[in-house]
Amino acid sequence: MPQHTIKRFDEELNELKDRILSMGALVERAIRRSMKALNKFDTDRARKVIDRDRAINALEVEIDEMTRSILALRQPAAGDLRFIITTIKIVTDLERCGDLAEGIAKAVVQNQERPLTNLDSMNSLADTVCAQVSISLDAFARGDVNAALTCVEGDRKVGKLFKAMQRENLSYMIEDPRQISVGLAAFNIGRNLERIGSHAANISEMVIYMVKGHDIRHVDHETAAALISGDMPDHD
Amino acid sequence: MTYKLETKNVELWYDDFHAVKGISLGIKENQVTAFIGPSGCGKSTLLRCFNRMNDRIAGCRISGEFLLEGKDIYDPKVDVVHLRSHIGMVFQKPNPFPKSIFENIAYAPRIHGVVKNSADMDVLVEKSLKRAGLWNEVKDKLHQPGTALSGGQQQRLCIARAIAMQPDIILMDEPCSALDPIATAKIEELIDELKQTFTIVMVTHNMQQAARVSDQTAFFYLGELIEMADTHTIFTAPGKQQTEDYITGRFG
Amino acid sequence: MKTTFVIDPKRLKRRYRAEKRFHAYGIIAVALATAFIAFFFYDVLSKGIPAFKTVEVQVVADYSQAVADGNYRLAVPKDMRHMASRGWMRTIPMQLVDHPELIGTQETLWVPAEFRVNQYIKGNEGHGLKGKYQTIADELYKQDIIRIAFNWGFFTRGDSKLPEIAGVGASLVGSLVVMFITMILAVPIGVVTAVYLEEFAADNWVTRTIEININNLAAIPSILFGLLGLAIFINFFGVPRSSALAGGMTLALMTLPIIIISTRAALRSVPNSIREGAFGVGASGLQVVWHHVLPLALPGILTGSIIGLAQALGETAPLLIVGMMAFIPEAPTSIFQASTVLPAQIYTWSSDSIRAFGELTAAGVIVLLSIMLLLNGLAIWLRHRTSQVW
Repeated sequence: MPQHTIKRFDEELNELKDRILSMGALVERAIRRSMKALNKFDTDRARKVIDRDRAINALEVEIDEMTRSILALRQPAAGDLRFIITTIKIVTDLERCGDLAEGIAKAVVQNQERPLTNLDSMNSLADTVCAQVSISLDAFARGDVNAALTCVEGDRKVGKLFKAMQRENLSYMIEDPRQISVGLAAFNIGRNLERIGSHAANISEMVIYMVKGHDIRHVDHETAAALISGDMPDHD
Repeated sequence: MTYKLETKNVELWYDDFHAVKGISLGIKENQVTAFIGPSGCGKSTLLRCFNRMNDRIAGCRISGEFLLEGKDIYDPKVDVVHLRSHIGMVFQKPNPFPKSIFENIAYAPRIHGVVKNSADMDVLVEKSLKRAGLWNEVKDKLHQPGTALSGGQQQRLCIARAIAMQPDIILMDEPCSALDPIATAKIEELIDELKQTFTIVMVTHNMQQAARVSDQTAFFYLGELIEMADTHTIFTAPGKQQTEDYITGRFG
Repeated sequence: MKTTFVIDPKRLKRRYRAEKRFHAYGIIAVALATAFIAFFFYDVLSKGIPAFKTVEVQVVADYSQAVADGNYRLAVPKDMRHMASRGWMRTIPMQLVDHPELIGTQETLWVPAEFRVNQYIKGNEGHGLKGKYQTIADELYKQDIIRIAFNWGFFTRGDSKLPEIAGVGASLVGSLVVMFITMILAVPIGVVTAVYLEEFAADNWVTRTIEININNLAAIPSILFGLLGLAIFINFFGVPRSSALAGGMTLALMTLPIIIISTRAALRSVPNSIREGAFGVGASGLQVVWHHVLPLALPGILTGSIIGLAQALGETAPLLIVGMMAFIPEAPTSIFQASTVLPAQIYTWSSDSIRAFGELTAAGVIVLLSIMLLLNGLAIWLRHRTSQVW
């Protein structure tokens, strides 16, 4: 794609993208570290994650300010406009992911007396969710619609894993009532992970809008695929 | 879909220069259609074909069809003067006649024999000026020269002049490019009101103006119609890369 | 920012000096031109103004039968015969034929003095009046029998061999008639031609050739138009030679290119946006020109026409060929009669050997100049009145 005639505009858009990807990297790290802290019962690590959430929040503020400036001063249109709109929405999703990772770390700290065990299904859920986040950020960086669509579809798997984890958790709690408080903590952590996965799918949906101009949120899979491949007639 | 004005495969040459290449489009009734594109893309040329103003240019050859409500306006039986009385035109630089404000508006109805007596003429002039949002500012000085008004007022006078004959279509060739932002805004507001009664085709260099004012936008480049769609689509998700590049400022 | 206001003083001096020099050249040029004009005016006025005064003698005219029979010299007492104008005396027999009732009567009236007396009383050198008559003249002047009066006759009488009764009357009428004919022919044809060429004709090699030829016609020596007039109007169409009609038609031919060119320039100066606006509301070509373009071009057209006519007024060469050089003592009563024009009259007088015609020549020039100034003033006023703001 050719450059903007006004180079400063290109620079501003690139800066914006960099910031988002930085924020995404921080979020990915927070998720992985909080899971590591969980697995290793490492409260120090957990406290670091809680601490570093500030950086993620600061980036949200900074990015919001940048998008406001571009909107006011550059009157972006078409592709540029969709990029800005996507940015505004993604930032919210990422910041929530950061908060959810922080929530996992907080749970680790709170449950340091009774560390969680039987973390296999939790970990596979966590791995899948991390992969989803990574794919969605990748799709954003490269404008890759197919990857984004895969991510959106992958949210089903996340849902399944989360349900499996819930069932397992429930059976542990039923088996041994002393495990209930731990089980509840595990349940909250699992739900945080599931939500992170949901945000990752949201990000991917926005990426599809950014590239194709079609809003596939709240639309079933077949319609989405048709819209993207252009089989549906354009509205007049 | 019946269009108010339609072109089919229109080609235009100025001597050897192929200015307009195979353009087929439709203008919808009671809507504002904007023609955008870089300089020299043929949008003004095409606009001037609609009221056969290009007839005045020697060496100008046209092929293809121009259908106004289904009838070809380049048919040899069509009287150009009569045609132009049904199509209003507003130009880039306001060009009121060097006559009184009253006379500016009364001229066309008079020469076309539309108005029978002077009382009717007074009514027509007042109605046109009111429609153009100029009545209150000039009602006390109808017999002063039109050229004594400010730029924005002159342009509104030209619009009043154009609508006095109740035209089918109003053609506007960059109507605001010579005006300051406030005058421009007044005229854009006026266009918004007028489109309820008239069909408007507007050429503009200012993309934001096209975005604000028009219902349909057509993007031209080097004599070709690249894309035409409703304005919302053109400005959020245009189909062609060239359109996208032009609108986002990536041209050249 | 340090280098902004540092100027090389030598360059500055040189520039100032060059400007001052240029200023000086301009002032010198203007001063020279003004001096020439002043000198010319002084010369003409000083020579011509005396012609507006005439010297009159009071005589007792005796309309006897002998005078009626032709011996006009008997009308005046012997001692006054050398004082009164012989030209006037010669008209008496004709007068008595028209008014036979005057025969046998006497009349006291003021009559023009003989030209030498005229010159002597005015104090001009070279008057040619013999010594003894000078004393008589002085004596009569003291007795108020000779007086100086305004020379109304200059404007009413035609040419004459005797300067004391010569006037521009005939040539003035001739000039006015010729100008009128020129105007009637040249302006409508010229304006319509220019309008057609400028507004309606296609732009191809034919019209471009026509334009080049019209421009060239404006530069052709005017005497050639005289030859053209002679060949076409007089020889082919049989228009009477020396008539105002022949002169008017010839000058119309000569003025036509100028009017066409200035009208075209005036039409071109009307901005195209006006035409576009008029076409845009559905005016036809004729309506656009008549309602919109011509009113705006009118000042230029009027100015061009009046300047062309003023030029025609002063033309002598083509009219010589057409024959308007004849000696015309009476103003013409029809356009087919022989007449002369003011510049031709001036030329005739200027080549006469009698000194008295010198002041008449200058007076003629004054009259011609006055008419020119009047016409130019009219052009300016009309231009001012008709110009619209756009």
